[in-house]
Amino acid sequence: MTTLKVNGQTLSVAAEPQTPLLWVLRGELRLLGTKFGCGRALCGACTVHLDGQAVRSCVTPLALVGGREVTTIEGLGGPQAQALRQAWSEVDVVQCGYCQSGQLMSACALLTSNPQPSDADIDSAMSGNVCRCGTYPRIRAAIHLAAKKA
Amino acid sequence: MPKIKRRHFLIGTAGTAGALLVGWLALPPRARLFAARALPVSPGQTALNGWVKIGSDNTVTLMMAQAEMGQGVHTGLAMLVADELDAAWDSMRLEQAGFDPIYNNQAAIADAMFEPDDHGLARRMGEHVVRRILREIPGLAGTGGSSSIKDEWLPLRQAGAAARLMLLKAAARQWGVPLAECRTDSGRVLHAAGSSASYGELAAAAAREALPDTVTLKSPAQFKFIGQPLRRIDNAPKLYGTAVFASDALPAQLLYASVSLCPTVGGKVARFDARRALTVHGVRKVVSLAPVAGGIGAAGVTSGGVAVIADTPFHAMRALELVHIEWDHGGAQGLSSKKMFSDLTQALDTHEGHAHLSRGDVEGALRGAAQTLTAEYRVPLLAHATMEPMNATVQFKGGAATVWAGTQAPGATRGAVAKVLGIATDKVQVIVPYLGGGFGRRYLTDCVQQAAALARETDGAPVQLIWSREQDIAHDYYRPAFMARCRAGLDPAGRLVAWKMTSAGSSLGAPFFADMADDGASNTAYQFPHARVAHQSVESPVPVGIWRSVSHSYTAFFVESFIDEAAAAAHHDPLAYRQSLLQGNAAHLRVLQRLAQLGGWGPAPGVAPDGTRRARGLALHRCFGSIVGQIAEVSVNPSQQIRVHRVACVIDCGVAVNPNLIRQQIEGGIVYGLTAALHGEITLDKGQVQQSNFHDYVPLRMYECPEIVTEIIADGVLPGGVAECGVPPVAAAVANAVYALTGQRLRSLPLKLA
Repeated sequence: MTTLKVNGQTLSVAAEPQTPLLWVLRGELRLLGTKFGCGRALCGACTVHLDGQAVRSCVTPLALVGGREVTTIEGLGGPQAQALRQAWSEVDVVQCGYCQSGQLMSACALLTSNPQPSDADIDSAMSGNVCRCGTYPRIRAAIHLAAKKA
Repeated sequence: MPKIKRRHFLIGTAGTAGALLVGWLALPPRARLFAARALPVSPGQTALNGWVKIGSDNTVTLMMAQAEMGQGVHTGLAMLVADELDAAWDSMRLEQAGFDPIYNNQAAIADAMFEPDDHGLARRMGEHVVRRILREIPGLAGTGGSSSIKDEWLPLRQAGAAARLMLLKAAARQWGVPLAECRTDSGRVLHAAGSSASYGELAAAAAREALPDTVTLKSPAQFKFIGQPLRRIDNAPKLYGTAVFASDALPAQLLYASVSLCPTVGGKVARFDARRALTVHGVRKVVSLAPVAGGIGAAGVTSGGVAVIADTPFHAMRALELVHIEWDHGGAQGLSSKKMFSDLTQALDTHEGHAHLSRGDVEGALRGAAQTLTAEYRVPLLAHATMEPMNATVQFKGGAATVWAGTQAPGATRGAVAKVLGIATDKVQVIVPYLGGGFGRRYLTDCVQQAAALARETDGAPVQLIWSREQDIAHDYYRPAFMARCRAGLDPAGRLVAWKMTSAGSSLGAPFFADMADDGASNTAYQFPHARVAHQSVESPVPVGIWRSVSHSYTAFFVESFIDEAAAAAHHDPLAYRQSLLQGNAAHLRVLQRLAQLGGWGPAPGVAPDGTRRARGLALHRCFGSIVGQIAEVSVNPSQQIRVHRVACVIDCGVAVNPNLIRQQIEGGIVYGLTAALHGEITLDKGQVQQSNFHDYVPLRMYECPEIVTEIIADGVLPGGVAECGVPPVAAAVANAVYALTGQRLRSLPLKLA
């Protein structure tokens, strides 16, 4: 058994240490908001926070998580997250929604470290998150809007 | 999908048949009000027709036949009912509809069978018959072809209006007052004297009222929701990670499966050794899967493979790597992209194609032309690459199956699963959660057939099959590769007098009389005095299928690039040149005029504030009942990469139910089309797809995404399509801008500068 801190709770999981965090979250803890997209850290659908840093859970083995705090979309809170969700809703960002958990996790990590990101900052923080529905222009607008609100 | 050679219906279109028009407009939607069986209701709910249920808690439940894959259809369709019912917007709820024929998507099927411009007698008679037939066959609900709003525009409004009238009648009867003195307001019936009751209080009594013989629908001036940019109703679950997609299905005792498919197209398993895999903790079974055909609108098969069933997704994936598989590669090992394009070239060298547009004497006009142009265009195979990889969950227990599938075609899914399991279709329940992207890929049933085959092996436990991204990219039903050879003849003044275009590529398995492979080219709006547009079917073992905007994804590139070439050869402005070919076509001319303003058509933009030299390109296309024009502004960086800075888009879609959703879809279509224009390419070597994930099948990313501005023209009577319409023009608009900037004419996608 491995001990894991997820969304403020300390949990024991049975998964082997090499299991990617994504499959621990989805397969064992039933936290289904974190999505499988590529399995190779190429699309960002599986983005979660480790101690507030955005990481791709599909290539993060359980053994590497250690005592760090895992935050998933289900546990994402705080003023930045609130401002982002409100902005996402006001700008009507989502379409199919499958990538949006990962988009919000990346955006929240960005806004937390950089409260007033420029377009270039958004490009570099968000270009690892693929959206096939093409919500990029609205994500950009929503991040700027959230930056004004937070 | 049965297709009738739509052009046969063009014969004798010059009829006047107002009465018939009323007939087909009035009859089928009226007949779509009630399902054969009463709707299932939960405690407190009352069904007022086949679409609308009202709860004692005042919620209004709409039976939803359409899949939400991002296009906003759940929101848009709920608006149609809420408006005519005069419901409170926040009272609207959705429930998945069953398989009754009233939920069949008539518009998607009728659109595929008839010419968009044809409003003549033969078409109306044909469509009337088709819609009557479709009213009788269950299980033809489907989401695709940008047709949902078009299809349910009348039935849902009638359902809302009929329910409202029954609620009014029930209130009038209860209060003993004339019906005319009652009115509704946001979920309540009110009487002038002060009586008031909520829809929830009146629903049970309303259900006892006779169905009105006629209902009067609102005039556009009376619309309360239709035309408003209402927020999406699926926002909240998608912002908190609670939205349920098919891959989030979580029935008790769920097992997981991972699959490795033969890398050669059409191949299968020769033999496999699972001994090592079976030693992995949690592994239950290793199963061979036969090749399966994807079904509707597709040609080819998904290769056979080996699947591992295990207690967790990771155990299934890890054990799969330990299965030793020997493949039977089949007959496609000699196939390569080079061979495919040389086959297309050969077809164009040796065949004239089947002509779908033949006007005047094109050969004579070419011979007599002052100037002729010749060009050859090509587009590659493309994968759909939905964000949610292919997956399906099936439980087969006690002779019945439950299926969780993100499908655009629930009826086809039900039939396919029933066939695999050897049970009757009514023993199959299909649950359709949210779709993590569809784009046509989720019309196909290959993955769910595999999951059904696996469900036979698990002693009644549900099993979820998830394809890896590698399987998803390498085992798609691709947008077919196409080539087109074009010739144009110009008179001494530069006017385009002769237009000849012959394409070669897959017809997606359709017989010649139902071939839609050159849709968008053969039914071009341009009035060429002499024209021939033809298609030569060239089939290969590569699985191909419908891909967002289908044939329009390449015909718009061919037509709009070649028009631009003709304008350049004539030394005419590309916009003015198009206008001259559209004389008398007010709708197209208006789109062009508004587009010129929105996109800043005129003098070249020159050097932008960021120091880049920029130019603009234009494209115009009609598809799915709408007209869409785009202007792209591009630059080229020192490493010769094309950068798109801004795309302006004007769409005339007749009626705009929700302008916000339309803008979203146009933006999405442009991004999807730009991925194809700048990056998208599936290649084959030795019969195997060479791309595997997002590093070599590259999607457009944030840093490359242009600013997009959209203007909507919506003063028509009936809604046109939207969700696919942003895709077709953008590749040509960008290519034309690159030509304006560099003088290089790029005739092959993805666009690469020399």
